[in-house]
Amino acid sequence: MNIPQVDLYSILPVIVLSVFGIAIMVIEPFLSSKTRAGTSALGWLAFAGTLVAGAAIVPMHSRSGQAYSGLWIVDEYSTFFHVLFVLIASMTTLLSIDYLRREKMNHAEYYALLLFATAGMLVMAGSNELMMIFIGLEVLSIGTYVMAGFRRTDLRSNESALKYFLLGSFASAFFLYGVALIFGATGSTNLISIAAAMSRPDIQPGLVYLSAALLLVALCFKVAVAPFHIWAPDVYEGAPTPITGFMSVGPKAAGFAVLFRIFITAYPMIQDRWSDIMGVLAALTMILGNVIAIVQPNLKRMLAYSSIAHAGYITVAFAANNQQGGSAALFYTLAYAAMNLGAFAIVTLLGRERDEKTKLTDYAGLAWKRPGLAALLSLFLLSLAGVPGTAGFAGKFFIFRSAVQANHTGLAIIGVLTTVVSFYYYLYVIVQMYMREPGEDFSDARVTPALVLALLVATTGTVYLGILPGKLLEWTSASALHLLN
Amino acid sequence: MEIDKLILTIVTFTPALGALVLLLLSRKDTKAIRGLALAVAVVTFLLSLHLIAHFDSTKPGFQFLIDVPWVASAGIDYHMGIDGISVYLILLATILTPLAILASWSISDRAKEYFIFMLLLETGMIGVFAALDLFLFYLFWEVMLIPMYFLIGVWGGERRIYAAMKFVLFTMIGGVLMLIAILALYFMHGNATGQFTFSYPTILAALTDKMLLLTPQEELLLFLAFFLAFAIKVPLFPFHTWLPDAHVEAPTAGSVLLAGVLLKMGTYGLLRFSLPLFPNMSHLLGPLISILAIVGIIYGALVAMVQPDMKKLVAYSSVSHLGFIVLGIFSFTAEGVEGAVYQMLNHGVSTGALFLLVGMIYERRHTRLIADFGGIANRMPVYAAVFLFVTLSSIGLPGLNGFVGEFLVLLGTFGVNPAHAAFAATGVILSAVYMLWMFQRVIWGEVTNSHNESLIDINGRERLTLLPLMILIVWMGVYSNHFLRPMDTSVANLLSRVQASQGNDVRTAVRVPR
Repeated sequence: MNIPQVDLYSILPVIVLSVFGIAIMVIEPFLSSKTRAGTSALGWLAFAGTLVAGAAIVPMHSRSGQAYSGLWIVDEYSTFFHVLFVLIASMTTLLSIDYLRREKMNHAEYYALLLFATAGMLVMAGSNELMMIFIGLEVLSIGTYVMAGFRRTDLRSNESALKYFLLGSFASAFFLYGVALIFGATGSTNLISIAAAMSRPDIQPGLVYLSAALLLVALCFKVAVAPFHIWAPDVYEGAPTPITGFMSVGPKAAGFAVLFRIFITAYPMIQDRWSDIMGVLAALTMILGNVIAIVQPNLKRMLAYSSIAHAGYITVAFAANNQQGGSAALFYTLAYAAMNLGAFAIVTLLGRERDEKTKLTDYAGLAWKRPGLAALLSLFLLSLAGVPGTAGFAGKFFIFRSAVQANHTGLAIIGVLTTVVSFYYYLYVIVQMYMREPGEDFSDARVTPALVLALLVATTGTVYLGILPGKLLEWTSASALHLLN
Repeated sequence: MEIDKLILTIVTFTPALGALVLLLLSRKDTKAIRGLALAVAVVTFLLSLHLIAHFDSTKPGFQFLIDVPWVASAGIDYHMGIDGISVYLILLATILTPLAILASWSISDRAKEYFIFMLLLETGMIGVFAALDLFLFYLFWEVMLIPMYFLIGVWGGERRIYAAMKFVLFTMIGGVLMLIAILALYFMHGNATGQFTFSYPTILAALTDKMLLLTPQEELLLFLAFFLAFAIKVPLFPFHTWLPDAHVEAPTAGSVLLAGVLLKMGTYGLLRFSLPLFPNMSHLLGPLISILAIVGIIYGALVAMVQPDMKKLVAYSSVSHLGFIVLGIFSFTAEGVEGAVYQMLNHGVSTGALFLLVGMIYERRHTRLIADFGGIANRMPVYAAVFLFVTLSSIGLPGLNGFVGEFLVLLGTFGVNPAHAAFAATGVILSAVYMLWMFQRVIWGEVTNSHNESLIDINGRERLTLLPLMILIVWMGVYSNHFLRPMDTSVANLLSRVQASQGNDVRTAVRVPR
């Protein structure tokens, strides 16, 4: 069915997130400074916002079509990512509630920015037009720059924000340049019109290739695919821990969502080269991410490199360039969000005052003082490593399956071998937790309802997707098919 | 029969269920924890008796089948079943686990986690032998590593972390390449027949019916990927370096299960997957693999001879014994394969008992160095008697279990390649050398070390741990037919698939009157 031209329903989730973000900022001045510092009401309000936005997505499930003169598109693909982004936002909010109070920076802007950034991600996934995508990308990026530097008095946080901002601006410039070139070549920024223009005889292939290369570089930067990953470790290490968790799953998934949509829809003429380029990038990313993660003494930094490695796995699925690959990539973004945010929930909790306890050795003997936390963190780490029966394994399995199907067996072999490497560093955290004697008693790490809720969601996701991946796989498969047609 | 459909699932997951219940107990109540763990393991054993009691040894195919779709869109099924070979390996796992738990009675440090991992390990072990879906098989194969990793890493010796890591990484490398091979097989089968499935019997049938044809190159690559996974697990020389480390550092119960059951997964994999799926390459590379096996037999024995540490000695003897099993498998004769399967069980029983015995004396003296002992018979007469008995079984004294297996393997090999059999037979002699020499230095003579003066003989619990194994040693040595006949049909069935590809009938080395 056709959605009418001005269709507020189709952008309702974005509206909801924005309204809640603005409301949070408006409410804050009415709170006394004492209540403001102690309250978690704003956080729960933001959480409610994500839930309402989630509810607003539900009716999209059965709809598909375009709105606003082809700027906006509603399909299975965009709906999948909208659900994913809202989930990520709600999890991040839950992680932040206690964190902000502990770090004494309980400011409304934080939640507002989080909601705005999420709205930006929704815009990215739902746009059918390069300028719209750019707007979404900027809304997301600017929100994230600020959140990365939210611990104003901490040098590491400042460094993180500045690095992310400078390099991120570069990437944005690349993206804009790419858009400009393709507009010059085809006279349009609409993905479908671009694709249609490709078959015109007067098209200049040089411009098309150059624009594709620029867009690819910009988006590879956003998703931290090697060799455009250099910024990630410093930024991840310095940012407030919940934001690190958010950055490692949210913007990454959004970048992949856009990457796939742009290149599948608008650039049919480079289809045959796409696979090889992505294959090389994937191999490089998996090797670099996994090998360098081994030598990291800091858990946050290790998870940053591991997040680079995981971007590599997702890129393998793109290199496969078939329906199973697309489906596996979508599956993986969700599985990765569940397990990685679970891990970050515990890292946030155990970071304690000023995020100081994030070294691997700070986890020594955790299992014998806080067995529940250690067991859950082990579960998430084993899932990240890809032990069968967890979401991480199911995701990797589908990815490597698509690679073998596309005759990229070599890529799949690199993938599984680097997975073995990753076992080393994930298990090394478990070594610390279970096989070293405790140095402290961890009694000041207080588990709160928000954290319990977050851990519950993450654990359920990790185990459920590991044991019964069928339902989600059907959905991601349908979503990928939608895009490929 | 409903129960026959569900029994495999019940046997497999009872230990895991028990582990969940253990999770609820207070960690301070060590007695209740280990009591419950033992009870769960014993119940699992009793349940597994149903398998052997109702096993129809005249049927060639898999029994107690269960096959329900799991991830339908990906062709993954929950598909389990056993034949005359796997039924014994499951029993081996269910017998050794309660004994390993009994041997862990003195574990009081972090006992809750310890017994949880023990029970999870049992589920993994049984699952590997029961799975008929390649995805499910891989799942159990890898999942089982994690509890073992914890058992070695937390409750192990001094270099436990190194050993645990090495164990996981070595096994993983083989495992992940097998996963790629499984995927490749899945797509080749799917493209050839239109049916995308991980079901082992279905893929095997397509291969035997020539619905799915592999080029020699494809078959070679697939064979190598599977073979590497299994060879590391066995471990076949030269992939064995993880084994001594893991054995020496593992706690007693870990060593028992590692040697008793985990290593058998490798030989089981060769038998179940490598031979039937890739018969041509098995035949082509068989002689080479046999030579590796013989090198392993002799090398393992020679290295065992010079070990100062009892546990390390037994670990290297495993390398030697497992070489026999691989040799038997790649003789492609009924005798050789039956001998190999028999030897898998023997090794589980005898080496399991040896590790238990070494563990008992280690618990008393906190050393395993042969030089620290001598004259133990004077202080621990019962221990010495059991030790002798197990030693004799391990070196293959006629009348005890080890002899039957080794004899059948050598018989099968001799018919195919007398030279191989001759070289392998030296392993039998060498095993007598290193085992008896160790026995002599530890048990006989005068008490030379004053610390050994006050040793107390094994107690009731320890005797109870050893007794079932001693019964099995005699039973399997004297009434070998009780164990061999039920596997006849399955072994013949397996070999017929292998031989069919070579265009001849099942080879029998020598006609043995039955």
